[in-house]
Amino acid sequence: MSALAERPAGRFDCRDSFAATIEALAEADPRIVTVVSDSVGSSKLNGFRTRFPERMVNVGIAEQTLVAVGAGLANGGKVPFVSAASCFITGRALEQVKADIAYSNVNVKLIGQSSGVAYGELGPTHHSIEDLAWLRLFNNMKLIVPADPWQTEQAIRAAAAHDGPVFVRVSRMPVPALERTDPHFEIGRAETLAEGSDATIIANGTMVHRALAAARILAEEGISARVVNMASVNPLDEAAIAAAAATGAIVTVEEHSMRGGLGGAVAEIVATTNPVPMRILGFPGFVPTGSAEWLMDHFGLTDSGIAEAVRQILVRKR
Amino acid sequence: MPRNTSFRSEPEPGRRCKTRHLWQAPAIGADRRQARPAGIQSLRSGPLSREAGLPPSVPTLKNDLVAEIAARALWIRRRSFQMVFEAQQGHPGGDFSAADILATLFFGVLRYDPSQPRDPGRDRFVMSKGHCTGAFYSVLAASGYFPETELATYMRPQSRLNGHPNRNYLPGVETNTGPLGHGLPVATGIAIAGQMDGADYRTFVLTGDGELQEGSNWEAALTAAHRKLERLSVVVDRNRLQQGARTEETASLDPLDEKWRAFGWHVEVVDGHDPAQLLAVLGADPRGRGKPLCVIANTIKGRGVSFMQDQVSWHHGVPNRQQFEQAMAELV
Repeated sequence: MSALAERPAGRFDCRDSFAATIEALAEADPRIVTVVSDSVGSSKLNGFRTRFPERMVNVGIAEQTLVAVGAGLANGGKVPFVSAASCFITGRALEQVKADIAYSNVNVKLIGQSSGVAYGELGPTHHSIEDLAWLRLFNNMKLIVPADPWQTEQAIRAAAAHDGPVFVRVSRMPVPALERTDPHFEIGRAETLAEGSDATIIANGTMVHRALAAARILAEEGISARVVNMASVNPLDEAAIAAAAATGAIVTVEEHSMRGGLGGAVAEIVATTNPVPMRILGFPGFVPTGSAEWLMDHFGLTDSGIAEAVRQILVRKR
Repeated sequence: MPRNTSFRSEPEPGRRCKTRHLWQAPAIGADRRQARPAGIQSLRSGPLSREAGLPPSVPTLKNDLVAEIAARALWIRRRSFQMVFEAQQGHPGGDFSAADILATLFFGVLRYDPSQPRDPGRDRFVMSKGHCTGAFYSVLAASGYFPETELATYMRPQSRLNGHPNRNYLPGVETNTGPLGHGLPVATGIAIAGQMDGADYRTFVLTGDGELQEGSNWEAALTAAHRKLERLSVVVDRNRLQQGARTEETASLDPLDEKWRAFGWHVEVVDGHDPAQLLAVLGADPRGRGKPLCVIANTIKGRGVSFMQDQVSWHHGVPNRQQFEQAMAELV
């Protein structure tokens, strides 16, 4: 089993958690197989390949077939985890995801690796900041964006247990292990990681620990900001969104385009139920050259940037 | 249990799926008697058989099975054309070019039990040319997957018979198709699952020929050959017409057999309107072939109706009453 390699300063690569979990699941369930498109190493599946060589299908650099073969394996009774860089498994194979997986409603798990701007300097061809917007349109596909190693394991286990299509977005960006008083994961349920009453920050993935840091900054100023980890983008936890709206102001934060992702999803609920001022933090579109960290700093996806967005929206709060 | 012992060199052991024999098939309606052709020879004598290039060792077939398949194919043409006429929508040209292939597969090759459409041991049929639902739904109904009367709901609001097939509506549909180039990649995954399990089911795909312009087919062709998926077969409905023009005037496919061979496939070229030839190549025991099978079935779009044959306008043309009646008079 792959070790959960600790990064400097207590940070983890969630791909390690994915790899360890899929190996543990495969050990217990012979139906579990993996499908890759020359994406063994980038999916951290070297260990799986060593242990279960007959249960890995590598189709080569062919994402349409990657996804379609997943659908076929499900037809043949397997539980396939189809894993490749998120930018390619979604954008390159979007019609296969739509027709073969979602519309056909088959039991396939898509793992979008190294999502967001993790590939930094490689540029927008390799960024995956459109994936949630694309996949959110497939109403029957569960979308999960875990925030840390523990939640990644939970998401992979929940995906395996769910009979139907699931997309799990796995980041390679180093993140800390979040502290939880009552660890519980369920598809469609958000978790409140910090209580607050002046405003709510709704985040997922790599942005959750930053949102928590922003809330700590704000607390020193006397601003009480709730932090909700909305790992499940489809289905949404509408009760958590309603509760967020009750605080009177919402800031969403995601390592995704500000169009059509978590922010858009939350806004659809807020606008049609209890409209309150919102800010949607994310990337505006194709981004300039820069490392992942630089890009997040540049676009305000930082502790201080999120805190500032909350201060600004409180001015607009009724 | 094999479906057609007359075609397999020996029965394959351990095949679990219940065999559906022709004589168990439900009656396919009153017009079946009208539809029965005078004899199989009339279908065999078309121009395509001369260029079919069959291997010399074609097994001798029971003539009654071939005649039965031909009768079913004729029924498919008549029934699907009625569906298209009533819906005033559909793709009758491709329905007709595929009718003999579908009839051969469902009544002579595939092992399935329509009451157990998700039986793990069933042979799989993937309809990659998903627009030809007139023929596909007709053959599914004739095979017992759903009542023939339901064909009258084709494309009506809330019907299970959508313009393109949906596995969640209808038994017998393995994957939702419609966009082209989707069937073979999915079927490749099915065949890989079977290979992993050492299962003996076979997987068949029917593609159009214009559809082969989609690159996804060739991605899957690489993987299928690489993994030596001998229990996977693709049938290409080579009618040489796509929606807008001839394939060879659009993006040439010839020499199509050489392309598949170059990708590592075993290739057979047959007359796609001759059930005997189709049975010989599709019913052959795949064991030991070591390669997936591609059957290039030379066909005629609109086959069977004089004013439709080889006419690009009948890709998705729909008949008026006079055309419908003339076609039904010819389809006997």
